[in-house]
Amino acid sequence: MASDTTSPKREPKHKNRSLYVKRNFWSGILFGMGLAAFVDETVFHQLLRWHHFYDKSTTDIGLISDGFFHAFSWFATVGGLFLLADVRRRNGLWLTRWWGGVLLGAGGFQLYDGIIQHKLMRLHQIRYVEDVLKYDLVWNMLAVIMIGAGLFLLYHTRRRPKKEEPVHGG
Amino acid sequence: MVADHQIEHNSRLLIDIALAVPFVTAVVLYIGAAIVSSRYPHLRKWPLHRTIFWILGIFLAAISVIGPLAEQAHKDFTAHMTSHLLLGMTAPLLLVLAAPMTLLLRTLQTTSARRVSRYLKSRWVRFFSHPIVASILNIGGLWILYTTDVYTAMHQSVLIYIVVHVHIFLAGYLFTMSMIYVDPIAHRFGYAYRSIILVIALAGHGILAKSIYAAPPPGVPAEKAEAGGMLMYYGGDAVDLIIIFLLCLHWYRATAPRKMTLATE
Repeated sequence: MASDTTSPKREPKHKNRSLYVKRNFWSGILFGMGLAAFVDETVFHQLLRWHHFYDKSTTDIGLISDGFFHAFSWFATVGGLFLLADVRRRNGLWLTRWWGGVLLGAGGFQLYDGIIQHKLMRLHQIRYVEDVLKYDLVWNMLAVIMIGAGLFLLYHTRRRPKKEEPVHGG
Repeated sequence: MVADHQIEHNSRLLIDIALAVPFVTAVVLYIGAAIVSSRYPHLRKWPLHRTIFWILGIFLAAISVIGPLAEQAHKDFTAHMTSHLLLGMTAPLLLVLAAPMTLLLRTLQTTSARRVSRYLKSRWVRFFSHPIVASILNIGGLWILYTTDVYTAMHQSVLIYIVVHVHIFLAGYLFTMSMIYVDPIAHRFGYAYRSIILVIALAGHGILAKSIYAAPPPGVPAEKAEAGGMLMYYGGDAVDLIIIFLLCLHWYRATAPRKMTLATE
């Protein structure tokens, strides 16, 4: 799709990546949030049927929060992937950094979902069993691990001094 | 008894035929314009896919108010929601993609085309095609329909029924055309602006869908409201995904780098 915009000389694919540090990050964040929401919806709502569409304890604020996060994550999935296509056509892809963003975005969403939406707003529980605490712990631990891993990758791909830039070649 | 039934059947058929007239007219006019304008020597052939979008869009709008689905929708909330997804979201999207204004402008002679385009630039069109106004008309209208007595009233009065359905269709069309620009539009808004309004509008749609699940509209049994609410939530997602995709695609194209000479300082 982007082939008509790249130069005929075939520049190295990652030549400009230090120019697009931020865009790689945001593409990852958006896609990560969307991905977490998508997995939540397909796996936990539809396939496992652990999550309920609505439960009687759902608060109004929970409904509103769900509405906004659902809409935003739907947009973020698509928008994040278009941003990824954009850095690629500009030869600015930095996959490690992108993955850092994905992990941070997905972990952040999952932590918000696990603490704020499930517990405080009582949107729905992870699973309707007696001992839901175990599920909550695993859910939120996983979120924290993703955030940690994401931050680690992002730290290692932060903007480098200008001099080092043009070394990478294809 | 049999005769009564026959009369009722006949009168319903008559009403259906009367209702079908505007839809058939729309298809005939569109195809006519496509054929005529494709013959103009200075113009390219009108793309077939746009004509197909138009026919499909009109067809979906028509079956949501005429025929078995519309009939079912009077009694069954899930059928009602199906018809609304078709009338308020799917048909408008298809019709917007059919670019009827572009077709009209290229078919008309210059003087009339100018008059139309002057009208398209008017204050009224500017007002109603503003993303925020269109979103309020669309999503706000749905909130009023399902959280007040309008839903009950609609099934008792033919007039209200017609007004509600015309509104749902027009508001859906305005909403779609205010988010993705296919036809010429005089007052354009930026991609980020439209994206934000779109997300807020979609959130309003999703929240309403779950509210219907939680608190059924008057006269709707709980399990019907639950099925209808879920249909609205996920069906809305499906159509929204296409709108989001097209908006992002247009954005992506508009920001294409020029010949990639950018980073050769």
